[in-house]
Amino acid sequence: MDTYEDGGLGLLGDPTRRAIFELLARRPCSVGELARQLPVSRPAVSQHLRVLKDGGLVVSRAEGTRRVYQLNPDGVSALRAYLDRVWDEALTAFQKTADNPEQEQR
Amino acid sequence: MSSASTVPDISGKITVSVPAEQAFQVFTSSFGTWWPREYHIGQAEMAEAILEPREGGRWYERGTDGSECDWGRVLVWEPPQRLVVTWQINGQWQYDPDPGHASEIEVRFTAEGPGQTVVELEHRLLDRLAGGEAIRGTILGGGGWTAILEQFAKAAQ
Repeated sequence: MDTYEDGGLGLLGDPTRRAIFELLARRPCSVGELARQLPVSRPAVSQHLRVLKDGGLVVSRAEGTRRVYQLNPDGVSALRAYLDRVWDEALTAFQKTADNPEQEQR
Repeated sequence: MSSASTVPDISGKITVSVPAEQAFQVFTSSFGTWWPREYHIGQAEMAEAILEPREGGRWYERGTDGSECDWGRVLVWEPPQRLVVTWQINGQWQYDPDPGHASEIEVRFTAEGPGQTVVELEHRLLDRLAGGEAIRGTILGGGGWTAILEQFAKAAQ
């Protein structure tokens, strides 16, 4: 059933990763600042940030001795990631409905 | 900012265990039965989502309070093989009536043996979504995005 290609779901489907993404939407943060606001360790935050960075949703820059993370200013990528997730869920729902026509009758 | 940022298309592919005619019919006429109810843009809760089954048809939602919000238009209506609709919801989750800002969704239904249909979806021209620039501005300026994200986070529960 799981034939839809993994895309944005992999990036924002994880709740912690989405929480990080949402915190960064409010303002740029360092790893430590993010870890303080979330129930996960700094290494875990770093790992999620790496995935978000590889996915093009987050960028980082050096600010003195620390590294600050922020959403990729090319906002369309972020919007795209969201839409990717929407379609992933929608197609799965469509598949379920199409495969079970009796449930489709309202 | 006239940098030619090309946003990659979104594509998806699934197989359903029904003939193409039926797959097409469920996708279009029964759109409201499967579309995830959380994904809507109106203020009111969504009562139904409608895709009018013809070229030029409207694609919209109706809220529980009777209000209607457009999502896009049907560009190509070729049952049971092909459907193209516009997606005119911008970065602020609002309908943008400007056709120049319309992204497109193409859905193809290909029979793959008796009672099996491959459904391929492509959401393209994403860089036309006007929200891109606006989002960029709010990210660089700080704030702003929060409202959009909260709305979507709520929607995505």
